[in-house]
This record gives sequence, structure tokens and C-alpha cells, in this order.
Amino acid sequence: MTADTVAQAGRTPSMPQPFAELGLTADEYDRIRRTLGRRPTSAELALYSVMWSEHCSYKSSKVHLRRLAPGAPASAALLAGIGHNAGVVDIGQGYAVTFKIESHNHPSYVEPHQGAATGVGGIVRDILAMGARPVAVMDALRFGPASAADTGRVLPGVVSGISFYGNCLGLPNIGGELDFDACYAGNPLVNALCAGVMRHGDLQVAAASGPGNKVILFGSATGPDGVGGASVLASAAFGGSAAPGSAAAKRPSVQVGDPFLEKLLVECCIELFAGGLVVGIQDLGAAGVACATTELAAAGTGGMHVQLDAVPLRDPSLGPPEILMSESQERMMAVVEPGRVAEFLAVCGKWDVRAAVIGEVTDTGRLVMTWRGEAVVDIPPGSAADGPVYHRPLARPAAQDALAAAGPGALPRPADGPALRADLLALIGSPGLADKSWVTDQYDRYVRGDTVLAMPEDGGLVRVDEATGLGIALATDGNGRYCRLDPYLGTQLALSEAYRNVAVTGARPLAVTNCLNFGSPEDPAVMWQFAEAVRGLADGCAALGVPVTGGNVSFYNQTGTCAVHPTPVIGVLGVHDDVRRRLSTGFRAGDDDLVLLGRTEAEFGGSAWAHVRHGHLGGRPPAPDLAAEQRLAGLLAAAAAAGLLAAAHDLSDGGLAVALAESCVRGGTGCRVRLPGDPFTALFSESAARAIVAVRPGSGTAFAELRVAHGVPGETIGHTGGDALAVEGWFTIPLAELAAAHTAALPALFG
Amino acid sequence: MRIGVVTFPGSLDDRDAARAVRLAGAEPVTLWHADRDLRGVDAVILPGGFSYGDYLRCGAIARFAPVMSELVPAARSGLPVLGICNGFQILCEAHLLPGALTRNSGLRFVTRDLRLTVENTKTAWTRAYSGGEQIVVPLKSGEGCYAAGPGTLADLEASGQVVIRYAGDDPNGSADAIAGVCNAEGNVVGLMPHPEHAVDPLTGPSADGLRMFTSVVAEAAEAAG
Repeated sequence: MTADTVAQAGRTPSMPQPFAELGLTADEYDRIRRTLGRRPTSAELALYSVMWSEHCSYKSSKVHLRRLAPGAPASAALLAGIGHNAGVVDIGQGYAVTFKIESHNHPSYVEPHQGAATGVGGIVRDILAMGARPVAVMDALRFGPASAADTGRVLPGVVSGISFYGNCLGLPNIGGELDFDACYAGNPLVNALCAGVMRHGDLQVAAASGPGNKVILFGSATGPDGVGGASVLASAAFGGSAAPGSAAAKRPSVQVGDPFLEKLLVECCIELFAGGLVVGIQDLGAAGVACATTELAAAGTGGMHVQLDAVPLRDPSLGPPEILMSESQERMMAVVEPGRVAEFLAVCGKWDVRAAVIGEVTDTGRLVMTWRGEAVVDIPPGSAADGPVYHRPLARPAAQDALAAAGPGALPRPADGPALRADLLALIGSPGLADKSWVTDQYDRYVRGDTVLAMPEDGGLVRVDEATGLGIALATDGNGRYCRLDPYLGTQLALSEAYRNVAVTGARPLAVTNCLNFGSPEDPAVMWQFAEAVRGLADGCAALGVPVTGGNVSFYNQTGTCAVHPTPVIGVLGVHDDVRRRLSTGFRAGDDDLVLLGRTEAEFGGSAWAHVRHGHLGGRPPAPDLAAEQRLAGLLAAAAAAGLLAAAHDLSDGGLAVALAESCVRGGTGCRVRLPGDPFTALFSESAARAIVAVRPGSGTAFAELRVAHGVPGETIGHTGGDALAVEGWFTIPLAELAAAHTAALPALFG
Repeated sequence: MRIGVVTFPGSLDDRDAARAVRLAGAEPVTLWHADRDLRGVDAVILPGGFSYGDYLRCGAIARFAPVMSELVPAARSGLPVLGICNGFQILCEAHLLPGALTRNSGLRFVTRDLRLTVENTKTAWTRAYSGGEQIVVPLKSGEGCYAAGPGTLADLEASGQVVIRYAGDDPNGSADAIAGVCNAEGNVVGLMPHPEHAVDPLTGPSADGLRMFTSVVAEAAEAAG
């Protein structure tokens, strides 16, 4: 095989190149030619095409995401913000936490098991690259209708992939989401979150600094994973090794994960960090070596010389474009002082991790790569790292007004006890609200021995320090229906819910990550949804005083002209001063008073009730009240710290009805309540900034004083105990019936 | 008392086992798979995880680790050894315990808090329990289905080597609902559920698992006294 060299590119300026097949526009191709002053080599074309892809360059979203940085409040807690592999937050006592959520939607539809598995692997390496030990994962999953045949293929595969990878890697899976909607058929959303913990001084940088320092690629050998595009190049440019129709041209575009190797990579990196052997480090994800070298070089001294032949290969037939584009999993790239290379390689040897010196940092300002002695890449790295920026046209869709006008007001409502009872049972037995043990029992939530709360709790809670009880709480939330009705408000509602879910554990919300799942950015209506969502998030975070520390954008979640609901998934991180004071959602048989916190309005637009009972989506979503969320969170943290509460559960999908049912089933204890006002509104409204709390006997006065001091409205509506959920004057549901309705749905669907 | 916890490549619950040892009042000692050295410990725990990625078969590669060349003869000479989950699989592969662990009958990984019955309280690791006592301990495994030939099963029952049984539904199709067994001498015990994840109600479903570790500490104290 021969490669297309820089010299050859100079000699053959007009050779036609398959830029369009690689996803580049004619303008982008021209820009590359202007930057280089010649045509790019095949390797360079491959490199620019992956670096300038929507996935890597954020070219359509960048102009909007800028809102998040200045819009976020200055926070003393933020040690590293947007632009790093993941944001880093100070949680006190010398600890810092890094966390991020990322999508793996498209691969998970093509090959659910491996797609979801490598999604976990990718986000874990992002966290590792910051210098942290990964300590927990979560997954926010959305699928097409639960009863659809294809969901029966995608969901079990996705869950088994997460189970396979996360369990073998030894990270507790502490929560997430599971929802179903017709809009996700063909476009499932598989968003994976990881959190890691480090000491303040352990923060690593993704930069290649110090001329003469060595560049080391370690982890898996590089194979032809995910290089479908490169075979287009190879066949077009060389006609040799990968002619159309040959085996090489049919390489799979989905990567295959090896969690065992990732576990070794984690332990190896932690030991490398501890030994001070790393100057800079970057994980290899999308765009593999191309991305790691350009980003490290662009962020550092500015130059790098790489010998592509030194890259350990799993398939010796790979040429430069394929080596650059390969998305083989479980790889990292480090910059190491020459005098420390031997020590570095010894640590890799201890963990049986393959490592190779593939180049060194230079001060030439050029990223130069050679292959078999000839230069095949010679570019200014910043030109690839900083891709094009597009101001895509956006337009509020005309149908938005009609959607808002078609509110749920005309839907027939349950008017008597039996009808209210039937609606409650239907909701808690619907796939999106049913017990999720079928999924979560396949995940290890115990490993590492620090999991204090995990699903089905509102938020996950992990202990960080055994001596002091310091811990972190995490929750993710999104609501595509609310966002479809109003992306600005819907995003704020998702933020509010994740914030509240962290607060009900007794933790103080501290920082935000986000995974923005949308349709095609080339559709002005989608772009409007996106812009509105980002604006909503920026304004919401500013109001709540929690910074966005990083995130991920996933566009093109659409089939034909049918896009998914705009679905920003928001992750919130909180700090818990003493996890021994955590609050669970489960009621206990302690005759605790139940206090409903917050204000309930008749808000049913986009509600679970309208969706489950009537298949209806229209009207306005509930009104977010960020100031009220902040007051509620303050009250919950203070009440938890004072030991006044036995349980707390946020009110969201399905309102008070679903919250009470879940708390009864979770704790194995019933409750008796009197509904204030209209029973339908009291039970099923989804007004924001609400929670139900169980106040310990004897703590009622103290809690009431605290509640008033925090300015949170509240009303005692009943008490826990008994073996039924009893709503005075309307209906009673025995616990056994409640539990049966809640737990039967998913096993019935998925076996 | 010093209790060794072996770390193989892919061990995951080694940290948790060490914590349980500490909570039981003993000193945890890290043992490395590649060292032919038990560092003079008084007992050894093979922790849960996916040693060597569970490639080939769970525990099949770990059995050949250098540390095992020291552990196997020591166990045969009476050293107390506890294998949890992957550790149980390794003990079976090393023929220190009879039988084998195979794929769960439901073909899915199962994490669940389970009620277990402690049936043999004479082993090094179960002396602190009372006979027939029920405890709650998490199970988390994909290949936890205990299998053995009919003769072996009959022998195990007859000699009281079934240490722990699933008390409710059999979660993985194990023969005779067997969750854990011991060797004839009772110094080597293996079980699929994770007692090290039930040492503190804050992080587990109970503290019932802690007595598995205090059992061996008490035995050592008696032997010393």
C-alpha cells in the first residue's frame, strides 16, 4: 500500500477528492485548501472531515452554546468549566468532582448492545482524562413505544450493553431515566453520565506542552472500528487495498467495547497520575488519533510530530487515513517528559496495558505526521481543532401556536372515586412510570461500597469520604413533551426537576451538565427549538445560581422529516455534607405526618395523565418557578441536616398521585391523605417546585418553623402507615394491588 | 489478625472486601495476583469482579495466577479462604470447592437483595451465625447458577457442605437453591451473594454480612487464646 503524501499532494493539485462522501461541504473543502495552500492529502482530508463533523466541532450549536458560559453565574465551586473534557467542581474538604453526560444515540440504534456499552466506556474516559477516579454512572434512556416490536430489540440490547460494560468496569449505576414515546422510534436516546472524584491537586490538563516531551498512545491496539468513511477515501484515492465491495470496504461502523481493558486503563491512569508521570492527557473518543493529536497540540505548545507507523495496530492493513479516523475503544494519549517515559511504560506493563511512544511535542506550530518515512499530514493544528461556525437559520414553526391552543382542557376527567383510582393505577402501570427494576436489576449498584441511594430513589447518592460522610448526589431529568410544547420552559422544567431530585436527598445542588438531543440542525424549526432550549437553560442556571460545567449536543435524531421531541437531558450534581442524613423516598411505618410542599395549580399540558390516558399532547407546560425551587431546596437541605424528615419525594410526572404510590411501594408502607381542593388537580397536576415530605413524630413544629423561614408554602395532608394508599372520601388501594400494578408492566413487555 | 484480599486484573470488590475486614476488626492486606506471596496472612479473601475479563470462563484464567500457586496448598493445609462471587468461581475452577457456576437461568445479570438461610455454622466464615438463621445480602452476578453432578450434590447435602441457600425464589437456577458451599474441612467457603456489601445499613440492605468476617476473626482469636 502507498500513501498519499504531502509531496504528492503538491504535485497533483487537481486530483479529485471525495470530500462530499466524507461529509464536508464544498465551502469547507475550499477552506481546507486555502489553509494549507494546496490540496489536502487523504490523511489530512480524513482528519479535517472528522474534526469538522457536527459531532466533534459543534459547528451548528457553538453560537448558541456561548450563552451558557457567560450566562452561568460566577461560582467559587467551579475549578474547570466548559471546554474541558468535563467540568470540575469543588465539593469541599479538598475534594473535587468532575461529571458529564454524553449521547450515544445513533450507534445504540444500529447495534444496541455495543452502542450502549461503548457509550459508557466513552464517558468514563472523559472523566478519567480530568485526573479523577470514576465513581458512578447513570443512564438516561428513551425509546419508541414500549409495545413496538423494534423497542423489543433496542431496549433489551441497550440495557444489556450498559450492564455488560458498566458492571465489568466496576462502577455503580445509581440512577437515570427510562421513558417511551412514539417520537423516539427509530431514534432512541441513550445518554450516559459519569462522575469522578479527585483531590484538588490531581486535576490534569489536555494539552501537549514542552517541546521534546513524548507523546504516548496507550490502551487498545488500533483497529478498523468506525472507519466506514475512510474506506470511501481509500477506494477513491488509491483504488488498492479497499476497493468497493471488498471486505475492507464493508467494515463495521459500530465500535466494540472491552470493559476489562477499560478497567485496567482506569487503574493504570490512576497510578500514572499518582506518580506524577503525566504532563497532559486526552481520551480517545470520536475521531480517535486525529482528534487527540490536534486537540492536544492546539491546546499546548502548538506543534507535534507523530510517526503513524508507531501506532500499535490490530489490523496491519490500515493506512494513515484509517489510523487517524479509527474509533477503537479503550485508548488514551499522554504527554510525558522524556526522563519519565521508562517509569510510565513500567506502570502500563504492571497493568498489562499496551503503550507506544508515537511522537513528540514540538514548537513548530505544525502537526506533522509521517508514515513510512514520508510526511502525510502537515497542518496548523488549530485549523482542525477550531472548526467552522454556522449561524443556521432558525424559525419558530407555524404549528407551534396550534399546538399551544390545543390544551388538555377538553379531555374528559375522572370525576368519582373509582375513576380517580383507575387513573392512578393506569399511570403507575404505564411503561414510562412503572417500576424499572427489570432494567436496573441488571446493573450493579453496590460495587465500591459507597452507594447510599440508587434507583428508584429520586437522585443517586455516593459517599466520597467515609470519615466525614461527605458525598455527592446526582440526578438527570428531561421531558420531551414539555419541551415540544415550549422548549424554553421545558428545558427550565427539566433543570428544575433534576435540581429538585438532588435536593430531596438532602444535598445542595452545585453544578449542571447537559445532553441536548435534537433533530436536524438544517431544519430551521429544530434550530429554533435548540436555541430556545439553550436560552432556557442559560437563564435557568443563572436564576438558580448553578453553573453549566459542560455537556454534549446530539443532532440528527430524526428519521426523514420526523424529528424527536426536543429533549435536553439535564444532569445536576449536588454535595451532601453528611450522607448519613440522606432522605429516601420510601415511607416507613412510623406514623409520620405527610406535608405537601409548594403550590398546586391546574397544570395538565404535556402531563403524564394526558399522555397515558388520552395520548394527548398540547397546551402549555407547567410554569417553572426557579425562585420557589431554590427555596424548596434550601428547606430540604436544612430539614435533612436537622433530622426532621423520614422521607422526601419530588412531585413530577403524574403529580401527587404517582409520588404517593411510589413512596408507598418503595417503603412497603401505606398512607392516608385528605386532598386539598379539586381531587383531580390535587392528584394529577404537575405543577413544579413541589415535594411530599414525611415529618418525624415530634418534629412537626420545628419543621413548620423552618418551612415558614424558607418561605415555602405547605400543608399537612395526612400521615404514613397502614397497608393501603387511602385517599379519604375517594378511594383506597391496598399496597399489594399498588405494587402489582407498578411492577408488572416491564416484565410483561420484555420478559 | 491480618486478612489478605487478592487483586486480580479485573477484580472489582477488593476495596469493599478490605473495608469489611477493617469493620470486622482485622487488618486487610493487599495481595497481588502476580506475586507468589501470601505475605504471612492468617486468612484470604478472593473478591468479586471479572478477573481477566471473565474471558474463556469465569475464574478459569485466575486459577493459574501466580498467587494461586501459594494459595491452593495453603488452603489445603487449613488456611481460611473465602471466595465471593468471582472468588467463588475461582475456587471452583481451582478445585478447592466442588461444582461450577454457570450462566443464570434467566440469561440476564441479576442484582437483588436476597434472603438467605445460613445452614452450616461450623465453617471458619459462618461461626457467628445461628443455624437456620435468615440474613439479607445482595446478589449481583450473571453467572451464578450453581451446578454439580447428582452424586456431588448428594454428598454436599449429606456432609453439610451447603453453607448458604437462597431462602426465597431461586434467583439464578442454582441446583437445590445453593448459594454457597464449603470444603469438607470447612476452612474454604465460596458464595455468590456479597456479604461485603451488607456490612452497614447505610450502603447495603443490612449489616448481616459483617458476621462472615467477624466469624474468622473470632476463630483466630480463639486459636491464639
